[in-house]
Amino acid sequence: MGRFLLRRLAQIVPTLFFVSVLIFGLQQLLPGDPAIAMAGEERDPETIRYLREKFHLDEPLPARYGYWLSGVVRGDLGESVRIQRPVTDLILEKLPVTLQLATMAMLLALLIGVTAGVISAVKKDTWLDYAANVFALWGLSTPNFWLGILLILLFAVNLGWLPASGYVSPFEDLKGNLSAMIMPAFVLGNAFAAVLMRHTRSAMLQVLSSDYVRTARAKGLNERGVILKHALRNALIPVITLGALSFGELLGGTVLTETIFSIPGFGKLIVDAVFNRDYSVVQGVVLLTATVYIALNLLADIAYFLVNPRMRV
Amino acid sequence: MVAFFLLVALAAPWLAPHDPLATSWSAVRAAPSASYWFGADELGRDVLSRIIWGARASILAGVVSVTISLALGVPIGMLAGYVGGFLDALISRMTDAMLACPFLILAIALAAFLGPSLSNAMIAIGVSATPVFIRLTRAQVLSAKAEEYVEAARALGNPHLRIALRHIFPNIVAPLIVQATLAIAAAVIAEASLSFLGLGQQPPAPSWGSMLNTAKNYIDQAPWMAIWPGLSIFLLVLSFNLLGDGLRDALDPRHHS
Repeated sequence: MGRFLLRRLAQIVPTLFFVSVLIFGLQQLLPGDPAIAMAGEERDPETIRYLREKFHLDEPLPARYGYWLSGVVRGDLGESVRIQRPVTDLILEKLPVTLQLATMAMLLALLIGVTAGVISAVKKDTWLDYAANVFALWGLSTPNFWLGILLILLFAVNLGWLPASGYVSPFEDLKGNLSAMIMPAFVLGNAFAAVLMRHTRSAMLQVLSSDYVRTARAKGLNERGVILKHALRNALIPVITLGALSFGELLGGTVLTETIFSIPGFGKLIVDAVFNRDYSVVQGVVLLTATVYIALNLLADIAYFLVNPRMRV
Repeated sequence: MVAFFLLVALAAPWLAPHDPLATSWSAVRAAPSASYWFGADELGRDVLSRIIWGARASILAGVVSVTISLALGVPIGMLAGYVGGFLDALISRMTDAMLACPFLILAIALAAFLGPSLSNAMIAIGVSATPVFIRLTRAQVLSAKAEEYVEAARALGNPHLRIALRHIFPNIVAPLIVQATLAIAAAVIAEASLSFLGLGQQPPAPSWGSMLNTAKNYIDQAPWMAIWPGLSIFLLVLSFNLLGDGLRDALDPRHHS
């Protein structure tokens, strides 16, 4: 286990280095003088001078990268040019909202995707299998911002069951929070449920035709026991790994979902930052999502190592 | 279905019943009727004509973005897989770094730094989708390299470039075509997403994503403004997904279950 961990950590260091180069490099894409681009349309000379000094723009590129990286390592992601607040504080403030949304989306996707995948595999080549496959294609092909608009039209405008947009803290009003978040969570989790359904189906089909499932059936176990105790438990291992890896993609999807439903998470933060030319915030959000992805990747690998004895040989 | 959309995009000037940019105050948010089959938008522009012209932006974005990904990803992936060693390790870690950034977030960040326009959105989407092609090409080259025909070509003294281009490349094209078709579907959604956020096609030029962005403000008064552009994105993406699935079944016998 120790050697495995060391090897994985050794792989992470260069990946993190390249992530930092990539994100720092984004600033170099700004056309012309970055200070003028960041200063916005007013082009106030005082602001330009401040930005040039703040981002060490008169110094060579490697030195600027060094300054930026030393700040990042200390948890300093720079300062929002517009709001004049540390980017780290802004992200930490918005993160719980996005995490709640992504977690609810993940749970809904697991519930829908795994259930549909199991039914589809068990009832292979029946109408239930075809229906589940149609559902998966629908999920993979529907742009989530369109689905969001359609659901608002149905559940908020026509039926009046759920609020069209907005956010309430769960500590203030749990019921209000859940009713505001259920629609965005479904919209965000929809495509992921489709991916999970396909993976669960193919993993279940593989497991259902394996020897130990045949043995369990031969021992006279009822079909429900075979499916739930023997097949599903093993089929879920790759599905859960996929779930951990896809959490990063879910965080990416929050950008659109939070914009449609006006949820003040970090997806909305990056969109507002883009339009305010608040590039430090954009870099901070990309860095955070990449770090979360790498950390989850590592956790998934460790979990896989622990549950799969063949990897320990 | 893909051919249908291509035809619509190509024949847009002849198919569109109205000028997609022409405003009409008497038709502001007009419901679907004989003169405006799909209704009119908040400026009285014909939604059907904008959908037909918008097909161009979506298909162009899908195809150009994936062409960029292929042009960057395939040579880099072949280099990593064929040369191996330190270069492979370096390219693989750089690919990991790009894959660590969620596709849409990276595309938004790139589009934001490059500036909002359809061409920059295509570059942003193309670059963001590149690591998938690097990884796929590298894996395919690694497995092709171990085949006997490659060893035979090497034994005959063929130069490396010739082996890579004449012997390995033709044998890895099939999975790349499948992946490219599925990537076009993802790129169409990504372009619509960027246009929805205001980072893609700029108004007044028609684009399905930006039409949806405007439509969300009039959802209770003019739902047709949202239904048609969304349905168009859905059908175009669905058709590329079906084409990709079909090609995979036809070209890769391992995916038949």
